[in-house]
Amino acid sequence: MTTTAPQPAASGTARTAEPLLEVQGVEKYFPGRSVGLLGQKGNPVKAVDGVSFSLAQGETLGLVGESGCGKSTTGRAISKLIEPTGGTVRFEGQDVTKFSGRQMRPLRRQMQMIFQDPYSSLNPRHTIGTIVGSPFRIQGEKPSGGVKRTVQGLMERVGLNPEHYNRYPHEFSGGQRQRIGIARALALQPKLIVCDEPVSALDVSVQAQVVNLLEDLQNEFGLAYVFIAHDLSVVRHISDRVAVMYLGKIMEITDRDTLYEAPMHPYTHALLSAVPIPDPAVEARREKILLTGDLPSPSSPPSGCVFHTRCPKYKNELSDSEREHCRTVEPVLEEKRPGQSVYCHFPQVRADLIDGEPGPIRTTGPKAA
Amino acid sequence: MVDTSTAYAPRDVRDEQPFLVVDDLHVHFPTDDGLVKSVDGLSFALRRGEILGIVGESGSGKSVTAQAILGLHKGSKAQVTGRILLDDQDLVPLSENDMRAVRGDEVSMIFQDPLSSLHPFYSIGNQISEAYLVHHKVSKKEAKQRTIAMLQKVGIPNAAGRYDDYPHQFSGGMRQRAMIAMALICEPKLLIADEPTTALDVTVQAQILELIKELRDELNSAVIIITHDLGVVAETCDQVVVMYGGQCVEKGAVDELFDQPEMPYTWGLLGSMPRMDRVRQERLTPIPGSPPSLINVPKGCVFNPRCRFSDRVEGDRCFTEHPDLLPTHGTKEGITRHEVRCHIAPEERQQILLTEIRPSL
Amino acid sequence: MIRFIVSRLVGMVLVLIVVSLITFLIFQAVPLLAKSSPVYYYIGKAPATPELLKSLTHRFGFDQPLPVQYWSYLAGFFGKNITDGTSAAVACPFPCFGYSFRRNELVSTLIGQAVPVTISLAVGAALLWLVGGLLVGTLSGLKPGSFIDRAGMTGALAAVSLPIFFTGPVALLLFVYTLGWLPDNDGYVSIFTDPVGWFTSLLLPWLCLALLFAALYARLTRSNVLETMNEDYIRTARAKGLDRRTIVVKHGLRAALTPIVTIFGIDIGGLIGTTIITESVFNLRGLGALSIQSIRDMDLPVMLGVTVVAAFALVLANFIVDLLYAVIDPRVTV
Repeated sequence: MTTTAPQPAASGTARTAEPLLEVQGVEKYFPGRSVGLLGQKGNPVKAVDGVSFSLAQGETLGLVGESGCGKSTTGRAISKLIEPTGGTVRFEGQDVTKFSGRQMRPLRRQMQMIFQDPYSSLNPRHTIGTIVGSPFRIQGEKPSGGVKRTVQGLMERVGLNPEHYNRYPHEFSGGQRQRIGIARALALQPKLIVCDEPVSALDVSVQAQVVNLLEDLQNEFGLAYVFIAHDLSVVRHISDRVAVMYLGKIMEITDRDTLYEAPMHPYTHALLSAVPIPDPAVEARREKILLTGDLPSPSSPPSGCVFHTRCPKYKNELSDSEREHCRTVEPVLEEKRPGQSVYCHFPQVRADLIDGEPGPIRTTGPKAA
Repeated sequence: MVDTSTAYAPRDVRDEQPFLVVDDLHVHFPTDDGLVKSVDGLSFALRRGEILGIVGESGSGKSVTAQAILGLHKGSKAQVTGRILLDDQDLVPLSENDMRAVRGDEVSMIFQDPLSSLHPFYSIGNQISEAYLVHHKVSKKEAKQRTIAMLQKVGIPNAAGRYDDYPHQFSGGMRQRAMIAMALICEPKLLIADEPTTALDVTVQAQILELIKELRDELNSAVIIITHDLGVVAETCDQVVVMYGGQCVEKGAVDELFDQPEMPYTWGLLGSMPRMDRVRQERLTPIPGSPPSLINVPKGCVFNPRCRFSDRVEGDRCFTEHPDLLPTHGTKEGITRHEVRCHIAPEERQQILLTEIRPSL
Repeated sequence: MIRFIVSRLVGMVLVLIVVSLITFLIFQAVPLLAKSSPVYYYIGKAPATPELLKSLTHRFGFDQPLPVQYWSYLAGFFGKNITDGTSAAVACPFPCFGYSFRRNELVSTLIGQAVPVTISLAVGAALLWLVGGLLVGTLSGLKPGSFIDRAGMTGALAAVSLPIFFTGPVALLLFVYTLGWLPDNDGYVSIFTDPVGWFTSLLLPWLCLALLFAALYARLTRSNVLETMNEDYIRTARAKGLDRRTIVVKHGLRAALTPIVTIFGIDIGGLIGTTIITESVFNLRGLGALSIQSIRDMDLPVMLGVTVVAAFALVLANFIVDLLYAVIDPRVTV
């Protein structure tokens, strides 16, 4: 099969000499359920299994994948909310993997997190002022101009009415609560925010408001984001680079446009083809690649390539000897084309998955019908 | 999987009588704070073999509509008025007892979260055959056989072996398949799917939507899919109703409506959604403000507080006069009508769409 | 399943060992730390002479290191010959809790006499409050805001606020002394000698004890039923076209009442030691009365025995609850 893919666009991100965040082979194994009377442990659950990437200042890395792929655990491991069981996390060149809670404290100002459910991550008994101002208290910092004025400034910046300083979380809508979470994360002027499904719980119109806010703040403060989401459309909109995860591993990582326009991994193909596009004309000509079977258990991942049990290419296109290779030898995530790393023995560029037509994607709005 | 060799041949459904007619439906809930007008004057019609999408954000009244069709508000404090004609029988005045014969048999429903919608203490098989037994005088053994056949049909491998499994032993996608099997076991003529894929991953969503389409083809049922995702509508539906603040603000054939959206709210929805099939726009264009209160519904057009275009209407009609749902300029005779609830003059709307909305989408 | 039972039994034994260790430390070691001698508490009075104290200390083994004492305390439980303070040794078969010098009786005999009283009281009351509480709670929960609901919950509030030392004497005064509907029994009548007398003598204690718990159960059941009837799977059951009775009984109550099993198990188990007030109001000599008496008398062996029996009852009840839960709720893996 010949590929008619366009040349991948060069990564638009200017790489500084030293990445802000460098994640190398990070693993998070959860101990298995105990079996037997003496508490022998079952197989560990390999939630995250050797994830590596780096992130430059001001850059956004999208982390996509389906539930159970380990993207949220990865987010927690790099922000050290949970301890990685292997690998290294470097922040501004400093190895923070083994840092204790006390050592992490100064770093917490640089590295913040925003969560999916803005309600359960806000203490219902605290006022907005207290919540947004809490980072100052925890860090023992007195911002010039006083905490209250600074907090009100932050509230204004994220689009909340500063007069609502003394209100409680339940008095706000979902979108406003997410703004509160963002204001809290911004308080200490971090360099990196790990966003874990920040807009998944919001309605479309509100989601757009929050996405725009995140982008504005990035431009204003030079923030870097690790943007964890399952919505591939939002990820395309906000990310500079995108990593696709499956069963605790990165399947493919490259710059945004290459990932969407010339993806090489069969799993990326299936994901992209599955996202419905709000245009019946486009939908009518797109091919859907339906995956069969269920996600294997992360405590006993398949041999060889972890995706081979559900891989459409393995099932339909490969020869017996090639399949044998997939079953026995685990691929490594390596650069198959410039700037595009893929975990697959038989990668192949597909450019027709998004709008049903091969070739370069259109660059303007929808065609006149 | 369903046998796809009996593929659905698109029929010309235009001449057929609608199977479901919802006419001026109101669902109001009295609360301590006032009357919540969850659905306020909704009308639509649906033929067998057609899939209707009801789109809207939370609080738009789409789920309440679905539950009203199934009569689930009976016995509660909700006030349901208007007509729901199913095959010419009005369901609104039916007693809970009479409605029970309809539920699960002629009309059935799939819910958003299959885990919480299945009883944790009973096996999948038990729950599905229960749905069959309540409407059919057959032995438990026959019901079990039918359940297993149905589970096979919706693509559950080793269906007989999984009959006695409990919901927590199924994966999310398999649970939703089981819910679909439960909804379809009596071969309903109308299937209502309330956000059937919202809790599922995209690859599973694609499988489930495919399955719903296949089963529609096989049973020739009418299907209502309630969703907030315009992509799901574009992928699966023939007709679409856009709901906002308990009212239908725009409806029509899917091709037509996506090609020529005319209501500012629909524009807002389309502009808010990042789209995977195009290069990054500088910014999304969100709808300003937040959804309306259903107790103090805005006077005039329900969308006026968030509408960017109310200055295009002479005087203050947008704020004083409730617009009617009227056919659009381009609606041809005999074709399913495309209707919009908006005061802006049709020519002006076309102009705005072409010059201001299209380029920014 | 077998593995589950075995592991739970092992757990039970472990809990009992911990309980015995703690009671041992409290009852035997604390007097030592207070520079006193456990002998005082053991025989319930000060020994007459220092020589006698010394010989008793040796005889009871209090001069040995603590771990050795604990071991013989544990091992003694399975039966041994013990001293009754005179020269003769008394056979103390399993389960051996020692000898009460105040009452000149084996502790196990004293407990054996008290246990039927307490079990009769507990089981009868439990049945009453379970039926009453669940009934009122379910009816209230199914129709919140209705007359039944308001009446039931008002009654429950009143019942919760009325202590047994109030309801008990009032009930006695009314039904026994004024109306004469029930005989004036003095204490417990064995079910084996006189079943009718057993019933009539326990009816008032059952009612008074059950009233308190029934009120708590009614409120708990009501909130569980309310919550369950709003669950998504109830909506599914309605959407299937099931009739109201099937929805309520099969789908609603099974889920709503399951958590009550836990509470019930713990309450029943804990009841063994907490019927003290009921027992004293109605002059029943159960475990509660026995423990009170032993505390007054500083009768250490009895106190120890009652504590271990009460702990055992609680642990056993928990074990049964766990087993039941595994049967009721398929999500609990065994």
